Amino acid sequence: MSFKHENVETNAGVLLVLTMIAISVGGMVEIAPLFFIKDTTENVAGVRPYTPLESRGRDIYVREGCYTCHSQMIRPFRDEQLRYGHYSLAAESKYDHPFQWGSKRTGPDLARVGAKYSNEWHVQHLLKPTSVVPESVMPNYPWLLSTKLDISDIGDRMRALRITGVPYSANQEEYEHNVKQFGEAVAKTLVIADAQKNLVAQATDGNYDGDRGSVSEMDALVAYLQVLGTMVDFSKIKPEELVKFR
Amino acid sequence: MSATHQAAAEQYDYDIIKKFSVMAIVWAVVGMLVGVYIASELAWPFLNFDSPYFSFGRFRPVHTGAVIFGFGGSALFATSYYVVQRTCQTRLFAPGLATFTFWGWQAVIVLAAASYVLGYSQGREYAEMEWPIDLLILVVWVSYMAVYIGTLMQRKQAHIYVANWFYLSFILATALLHTFNNIAIPVNLFTLKSYSLFAGTQDAMTQWWYGHNAVGFFLTAAFLGMMYYFVPKHAGRPVYSYRLSIVHFWALSFMYMWVGTHHLHWTALPDWASTLGATFSIMLLLPSWGGMINGIMTLSGAWDKLRTDPIMRFMIVALSFYGMSTFEGPLMSLKDVNALSHYTDWTVGHVHSGALGWVAMISFGSLYHMIPRLWNTTMHSEKLINIHFWLATIGTLLYITAMWISGISQGLMWRAFDDFGNLQYSFVESVAAMHPFYAMRAIGGMFFLTGMLLMAYNVYQTIRQGVRAEVANARAVAAAA
Repeated sequence: MSFKHENVETNAGVLLVLTMIAISVGGMVEIAPLFFIKDTTENVAGVRPYTPLESRGRDIYVREGCYTCHSQMIRPFRDEQLRYGHYSLAAESKYDHPFQWGSKRTGPDLARVGAKYSNEWHVQHLLKPTSVVPESVMPNYPWLLSTKLDISDIGDRMRALRITGVPYSANQEEYEHNVKQFGEAVAKTLVIADAQKNLVAQATDGNYDGDRGSVSEMDALVAYLQVLGTMVDFSKIKPEELVKFR
Repeated sequence: MSATHQAAAEQYDYDIIKKFSVMAIVWAVVGMLVGVYIASELAWPFLNFDSPYFSFGRFRPVHTGAVIFGFGGSALFATSYYVVQRTCQTRLFAPGLATFTFWGWQAVIVLAAASYVLGYSQGREYAEMEWPIDLLILVVWVSYMAVYIGTLMQRKQAHIYVANWFYLSFILATALLHTFNNIAIPVNLFTLKSYSLFAGTQDAMTQWWYGHNAVGFFLTAAFLGMMYYFVPKHAGRPVYSYRLSIVHFWALSFMYMWVGTHHLHWTALPDWASTLGATFSIMLLLPSWGGMINGIMTLSGAWDKLRTDPIMRFMIVALSFYGMSTFEGPLMSLKDVNALSHYTDWTVGHVHSGALGWVAMISFGSLYHMIPRLWNTTMHSEKLINIHFWLATIGTLLYITAMWISGISQGLMWRAFDDFGNLQYSFVESVAAMHPFYAMRAIGGMFFLTGMLLMAYNVYQTIRQGVRAEVANARAVAAAA
């Protein structure tokens, strides 16, 4: 008995099953292994989950659609090294739900924008980009400074992120595990029960928006921008080890 | 002729197709208008008006959602319900469910647009809808699948026509992609906000597997289904090669699913995955061009129609753009080319040569063919179709030319070094240099939108004359009785 395509064309069930097989293979081969191959995302010292304030800043980054114009993924080219800094490591976005690598640079890459500019510069730039970069085509974001940050559901947000695998601690055992992995200072910022307190404390100490009185959305967004790309200390990593971290 | 059309209207379920056709045109106007607006924001940033609701970042998914899912999606629902009934010689299975797919799908588009403007987004391109909308999409899609497969099962023809294979593949693939790319944990049950289950590299891989196949299946396979029915039907000739259509179908369905990783060249994604993606992207050129040749050659022996029939012209130019963008795509998937083109406007231009040149134009051709048949009349004005054709073609060419120049300029400026080995340009110099091309792109979009408005007017008049004739006809019948 020889195979005839006619048999497929006259039998909806066969057509359906064969089509399903044809469209499933590619995804299975490319995606499934990434979850099992250990060195897809290596452990790199310094990478930690975002603090509650940074995490809320990230929410605002996603809300405003910053990824439609800014990437967060530096490629291993000499020009990108000079312009943005060291190429991005997989580990640096391991707590990013969702990833924000982006696909378009209408504005510059932001993967290592942290600590490059002062808080004042960021506030000024977000309020009116052309006041510091005259040729900019970025929109003004005045509402960030005038809107108080909603911190009422920060616990829910951290619990949701905990389910996805971010090690925010919900009990003593998880806290102690975090102390071992990240050190005590970081572990304290990851305690879900203290989230609101920690958030307000960081905003007040950091004084991101120039007003210690209340916590604005600007505080959160600038706190997030200022941490981008600063977690890994590249001076402490030997070049031969870096090869593995791509 | 009128008698057979009358019979067709009773033989098939046309009401649902009419609804989707009208909404396809409505969403095309809305989506393209928003597109022209956000393009203008990049050229003239004051248009952001310091308002969260109009700012580029929130508005851009409104554009992509309205054109891809509103216009493209409605056009696909309409044509697939038309094609599956006519080629299977049967009415729709579960017409109530089909009506639900209409209202459900329209609700999805409206809710999605409203949620983006209000600041709810998953932050994943073309999948920005938050979880309750995703669940609604899933329910609508399963209903669509049931209607479509049910109709195939009750066909009165032994053979399933090739257009249906493509529609079926698109329906199955979209279900698969949508489900796995939108797995997210809601913050709580009373907010739209959620966090994706995957992070970083795995999340990027899943998203671009989805993202590219939204192009591969939603915007290609399904529109090829359209092409395989409407091009031969309108030309009055059989499909050029039956054998080629078999190869085209299986190769395309199999290979597309591998190529998403070419969006992640030189990133933290493991090299083997992006190399695989590039390899399959190159191979994909063959089935793509096979399909294009199959479509264009269907016209052999009837080439004179291109001179006289603007609808045929829409279809053939659409296939030409399909051929061009499926050549450009594999080119851009080469790692060395991608190093230059990625992150630039070249990508945006490439998407639009496919979206405007191929997807929109094949839809225009198909809708112009189908709409007069649905309302049992002829198009109100052939001249307006012809003007629409030229506006659309000029608009597309202006758009993609502007993006080629700006994209390649950006790529070259970013990597330029001076004599001392320092970067030659600051980033913002590249931004400033793009202004004329952003203006040119917006103008190209305006051409395309103007053509679309003519189509909307033309279709409105056509429907009106169809409805009037039907009323007059009914009166005459009543008087005779």
